[in-house]
Amino acid sequence: MNPAFSVIFLTTLIGAGQGLFLALMAIQSGIIAVPSASARLFFIAGDAVALAFLVTGLVASFFHLGHPERAWRAVAMWRNSWLSREVIVLPVFMAVVALHGLCLHTGFAYADQIGIAGAVLCIALFYITAMNYVCLRFLQEWATPLTIVNYTLLGCASGFTLATALAAAMEPALAPDLGRWALALTLLAASARIASLIRNARLRPKSTLQSAIGMRHPHIVQKAQGFMGSAFSTREFFHGRTRQVVQGVKWGFLLLAFVAPAVILGLGSTDGRVSLSGASIAFVTQYVGLLAERWFFFAQARHPQNLYYQAAS
Amino acid sequence: MTQLALVIDLNVCVGCHACVTSCKEWNTSGVAGALADENPYGADPSGTFFNRVQTYEVGQFPDTQTVHFPKSCLHCEDPPCVPVCPTGASYKRKSDGLVLIDYDKCIGCNYCSWACPYGVRELDEKEKVMKKCTMCVDRINDENLADEQRKPACVLACPTNARLYGDIHDPESIVSKAIRENGGYQLMPEWETKPANHYLPRRSASAIDNVLSRNVEQQRPNELKATDAPAKP
Repeated sequence: MNPAFSVIFLTTLIGAGQGLFLALMAIQSGIIAVPSASARLFFIAGDAVALAFLVTGLVASFFHLGHPERAWRAVAMWRNSWLSREVIVLPVFMAVVALHGLCLHTGFAYADQIGIAGAVLCIALFYITAMNYVCLRFLQEWATPLTIVNYTLLGCASGFTLATALAAAMEPALAPDLGRWALALTLLAASARIASLIRNARLRPKSTLQSAIGMRHPHIVQKAQGFMGSAFSTREFFHGRTRQVVQGVKWGFLLLAFVAPAVILGLGSTDGRVSLSGASIAFVTQYVGLLAERWFFFAQARHPQNLYYQAAS
Repeated sequence: MTQLALVIDLNVCVGCHACVTSCKEWNTSGVAGALADENPYGADPSGTFFNRVQTYEVGQFPDTQTVHFPKSCLHCEDPPCVPVCPTGASYKRKSDGLVLIDYDKCIGCNYCSWACPYGVRELDEKEKVMKKCTMCVDRINDENLADEQRKPACVLACPTNARLYGDIHDPESIVSKAIRENGGYQLMPEWETKPANHYLPRRSASAIDNVLSRNVEQQRPNELKATDAPAKP
């Protein structure tokens, strides 16, 4: 596939926002450390930052549409379309995050319950976002439960790293624990992503030129695709880069999304103090790495329609 | 239940592209608006087409066959492009089984094109909506046309009659008979999309009874044997 930058930004930005919200919920529920009395401001800021990421992601997604003014129509087909479900759940989740922050700000009683609802929506959103790709069964690189695992873990890893940076700035007492969680999630995400790399390297395309045109002969060569110039079919489904570039991006994202942030977070967690600059660098590096990861995710997927577009003349 | 479809005879298609040009002419001139052509006379022209004729060489020199292969939306009976559409713009019409797009509802998200393994959906560069073969709905449903004219433009244009049109759910239709009697097959059966459009396989050259092939056979009997009769997938 030809990576669409609007979708790359959408999925990575909302992933980080969702992960950050889950980090806040992990603290609120007592799984991580114990919030001090002054932590309320940290939660409100966390909700605001998470919301900023979600909004930016949603804005990015509009650039993918030919008719963004009709985007509201996309809520119609929630019964069968994962994209429609995503279009519904994302704004609802954003509203709940905003409400959670507002409740904390005004001292409204039900912040905890709203937070739990948000966490449920957040996990549902990871699943729905990934299912957009998993459900396309002939994009074999995507059609695996590992895609769901990766979207969830990569979002959580970057979100927890972001939470670590935010804590380093506002609640330093929380930062070491969050840093250790971010490190663990980064390592977990790395192993899941490597598992999917290994799986995809072994894939054999189900479709062949033989099945595409229905001839069993072992030697078939396309001589003409029907037009001399380009077309939607030649632009949308292939990245147009060399193998070396794609391989370079793969090693790049492994380094930037996993190795570098893990080293920085690991160093921070040994001496018990996480510096703001260290955690910030870890997040920015990881986010850039995830942009590369998502580019590779698209580029690696081989669309069977490309079988029909191999020779211009 | 009716399922309209095209059956394309690969024995007969000569790759003249008359179906392509007649399709473009009819569908760019209708009420649904033009099919955009970007840079038509420039170095890298790019246009929206519902139908393409591709050419494949099957076999190795000197035992080769040139196969001209027209490809348009196959109007699958289980179309993977329809359930992914978030707005309902893509739909399968119950009355005749056509897969159609409501251009006024399409938001141009491209998702249906990702969900089509055959690469027959194209985003119109000017109108920014997804487009594809409609089986010329505005011809076949036009009661002002004479009966013999109520066929897709490509079918009417084909000079060798390589394109048949009809209801594959009617066992007595011309398309059902052609599929039954000539081993008509579907593209990429591995994805179980059940394309309505079928293709009639090439027969081996020796089986075609015409003067030309008989003469060639007498001259080069061995070389022609290798031409492969495609089996049904």
